[in-house]
Amino acid sequence: MTAVDFTFLLFSITLICGGLFTVISRSPVHSVLWLILAFLSGAGLMVLLGAEFVAMLLIIVYVGAVAVLFLFVVMMLDVDFAVLRAEMAKSLPLALVIALVLVIQLVMVFGNWQTGAGVVMNDLPNSVGAGPHNTASIGLLLYDKYFLLFQLAGLILLVSMIGAIVLTLRHRRDIKRQDILAQMYRDPVKALDMHDIKPGQGL
Amino acid sequence: MDDLLRNYLPVLIFLAIAVVMGAGMVLAAVVVAPHDPDPEKLSAYECGFNAFDDARMKFDIRFYLVSILFIIFDLEVAFLFPWAVAFGALSVAAFWSMMIFLIVLTVGFAYEWKKGALEWE
Repeated sequence: MTAVDFTFLLFSITLICGGLFTVISRSPVHSVLWLILAFLSGAGLMVLLGAEFVAMLLIIVYVGAVAVLFLFVVMMLDVDFAVLRAEMAKSLPLALVIALVLVIQLVMVFGNWQTGAGVVMNDLPNSVGAGPHNTASIGLLLYDKYFLLFQLAGLILLVSMIGAIVLTLRHRRDIKRQDILAQMYRDPVKALDMHDIKPGQGL
Repeated sequence: MDDLLRNYLPVLIFLAIAVVMGAGMVLAAVVVAPHDPDPEKLSAYECGFNAFDDARMKFDIRFYLVSILFIIFDLEVAFLFPWAVAFGALSVAAFWSMMIFLIVLTVGFAYEWKKGALEWE
């Protein structure tokens, strides 16, 4: 067994354990932490495949942003998870049926698995071209050959940005805000008014 | 392929050191530290009186908004990386393609700024 095989085994075992504990751990916050472990070991597997860019994206986007979002959601939910778990026992038969269907599907997929003629399974990372530098080969393809998809991705990001703002932003009107422009354009000469008040007179 | 993995060997070693150190500290705490469990030690402490309510409470949705906006710009940066790496070999179309992408997202950014989504009351 080479070092690569050993690392592969290590990462895959961590990945499976992470996934398993994500499902079975009691506290949802612990679940999210296990999920982060699963993402990290997934990134390790991607590096072993030669897909550096995907690995780094897993770390930057999934661990860095999505997992944080999950943590917020878990913290924000004002749900008593013990009650939720008790009700889960009622829907257990349905869950078992769905799980059974999934298992049957998996078995069917692996039963019919065939590698096409002339396809070498382990040759994936270099099939894009430009050698092992995966990020560069993605860069050469993505922006002109897949122009439309790339721009659609940009539009989806725009729509999600606007959607998030429209759905969640509620401005409170009853508080004072800082207006930086008004502050900067304030004339200090006009701010102070000198009055010469005679003794015995009011202003 | 093997060259690539050899480049990542220091990362793997670092990872192993991190795991060993983390696990070692936890195990050392279990083995060495004095162990005298008491339910009061685990109970919530609120300045001397009993806790008023659950620690789980409703949380301002603005945290969520900030986090979503962060993810969106994170993805934008993710698209920039391959572009920057392959910059020398890119075609003119690829260059302007990225410019259009950035302009589209700048429109979103301007909207966000104008709406005051980046301000915190």
